[in-house]
Amino acid sequence: MTKIKTEIFEGKVTTRTRMLRTGSLLSSPGMLWLMAFMFLPMIGLCIMAFAARGMYGSVQWTFSTENFWRLMGFGLFGWSADTFLILVRSAALAIVTTALCIIFSLPMAFWIASKNKANRNLLMALIMVPSCTNLVIRTYAWMLVLGAKMPPAWIAHWCGIVPADQGLYPGAFAVFIGMVSSMLPFAVLPLYSSVERLDWSLLEAARDLYASSLSTFRHAILPQVTPGIVAAVIMTLVPSLGMFVVSDLLGGAREMLIGNLIQQQFGSASDWPYGAMAGLFLVVTSLLSLAAFRRWGGGLLPKAVRAEEGNS
Amino acid sequence: MNDQLNTTGDGVLDLHLSGIHKSFGDQQVLRGISMDITDGEFITLLGPSGCGKTTLLRIIGGFEVADSGSVKLGDLDLSRLPPHKRPVNTVFQNYAIFPHMSVFDNVAFGLRSRKMPESEIKPRVFSMMEMIRIADLANRSPSTLSGGQRQRIALARALVNEPDVLLLDEPLSAIDASLRHDLQAELKSLQRRTTITFILVTHDQDEAIAVSDRIMVMKDGLIEQQGTPEDVYERPVSRFVAEFLGHANILRAKRSGNLFAHTAIGNLVLPVNPLWDEGSIAIRPEDIEVRTVADAPNSLPGTIHERLFRGDHWELRVDMNGQQLRVITEPDQENEIGQSVFLEMPAEDLQVLRD
Repeated sequence: MTKIKTEIFEGKVTTRTRMLRTGSLLSSPGMLWLMAFMFLPMIGLCIMAFAARGMYGSVQWTFSTENFWRLMGFGLFGWSADTFLILVRSAALAIVTTALCIIFSLPMAFWIASKNKANRNLLMALIMVPSCTNLVIRTYAWMLVLGAKMPPAWIAHWCGIVPADQGLYPGAFAVFIGMVSSMLPFAVLPLYSSVERLDWSLLEAARDLYASSLSTFRHAILPQVTPGIVAAVIMTLVPSLGMFVVSDLLGGAREMLIGNLIQQQFGSASDWPYGAMAGLFLVVTSLLSLAAFRRWGGGLLPKAVRAEEGNS
Repeated sequence: MNDQLNTTGDGVLDLHLSGIHKSFGDQQVLRGISMDITDGEFITLLGPSGCGKTTLLRIIGGFEVADSGSVKLGDLDLSRLPPHKRPVNTVFQNYAIFPHMSVFDNVAFGLRSRKMPESEIKPRVFSMMEMIRIADLANRSPSTLSGGQRQRIALARALVNEPDVLLLDEPLSAIDASLRHDLQAELKSLQRRTTITFILVTHDQDEAIAVSDRIMVMKDGLIEQQGTPEDVYERPVSRFVAEFLGHANILRAKRSGNLFAHTAIGNLVLPVNPLWDEGSIAIRPEDIEVRTVADAPNSLPGTIHERLFRGDHWELRVDMNGQQLRVITEPDQENEIGQSVFLEMPAEDLQVLRD
């Protein structure tokens, strides 16, 4: 009897397979949720993307690749650059936003990690606090702050950037302010967690071996924070690709992004199949660019530090 | 102290530490350390964790700045120089090997930082790797290597820069026992061949005794005793040193006449008169002889309480009037538990401690 008991204890409950099985059972509500509200609708989206538009916003369930060619710019009158520009503009906005977020959050992560434990938690909480407010409301706040006759505009006028009585909004500058401030917490979070675990003896070794500051950063810091940078890129690039509220409100709604395009099809244009194709395209390109980043991005950054055995 | 090695003799590369104090917050880690280290010496800073030995090493390496006191190499004041401007290199405790670089690139790092032409780097790195016997690992990634191999890389990476002083922060603590003994022997012969001053930090007394020319036993931020391994082991000055090196038996004693002391286990003849009226006497387990009859001075009765076979010796625990003494005997000398014996403690092997 006792022998059987110990067998169960040692052989089943504590093994990796057993834990994984129990784990997947425990996570099944989450799995069901994802299946019902994410996976199934995605299948619907894929089907609809290859359907055609009927009269008065209805959907004709016939297979057609017309939506795809339309998205690529082939219309009734041959190829035009309109949708292509929308795609490039969206990608450029997302990439620049992501790059700015990474550049700003790396020093921030170091600064936070240099504080004592209580202050670190407080600072991380403060960084996350703005995310508690709705994005649209935050963006409206930026419209007010960056408008004419506000301190930022005075300063910009004093520096000779904008003429008097004109605000920093609407414009590209305002768009990036809004984008970066809304995405920054998602870049700081993963970077902070890799900076916090930094093995400082590598930095000391680099200094001991006559490395310059730049070389210390390149050889002792960057390889260690690379996993954090990869995570930060994913966390900021994907949401920024589909984001259009910020650029609409702060950019003055003059230039269309893929987000606008999708929203328009499901709204005023009542062309759900075309909207579905645009949405599908966004999802697939996001996934592909992430896969490419993971595959080849390693060439831009030094190889990540592997978990090393026996490294205390 | 009495027989320092001096390989060059000109004193230009002698290291002088004087009056080093260091506190972290309200915790005093170093409380006035002064020492002179001769060029080419193998020095060990030995002590339990928290005694300040690693902090002292980091001050010599330039990773910490002393609150007061100075570090001088010959006439050159190192106290305010950053690590990369000191002719000193360090082997870190966890080796701090750059994980994204090959073994060769790791070893070449210091030379490349100093902009040595690549044509000169290659032969120097390879000859160093030959010397440390890791030449066949040149193109390997460090993450695939064992602790002993990584330790060698760290050594090669530091030594290739030809420092005047090499600092080693517990370099063997993460390596298993059998390999550790081999590496200790290698470290010792490496130091002999390079004639570079080695300063090793360790809490392992066997390691310290085996490799050092001179041992500094540290306690609570001060040097408790310094001297050759023989000095420190055979003639400990305090209870702390006697217990930390080789687990000597400590007897509390009262002076009871000229060269006589009274202890819990009986009266003992001492080799010298102690400076105290009440203090401690140490005796090493291997200096005690187990006899069946009391036919010599300082032979006191006891009962064998426990015996442990250690392969090359027996370790006995002998009860003597309430105090237990550790005794080491030859493997062929068998004693039974419960046996009544006399322990002979020759007067010349008794160490009168200062406390």
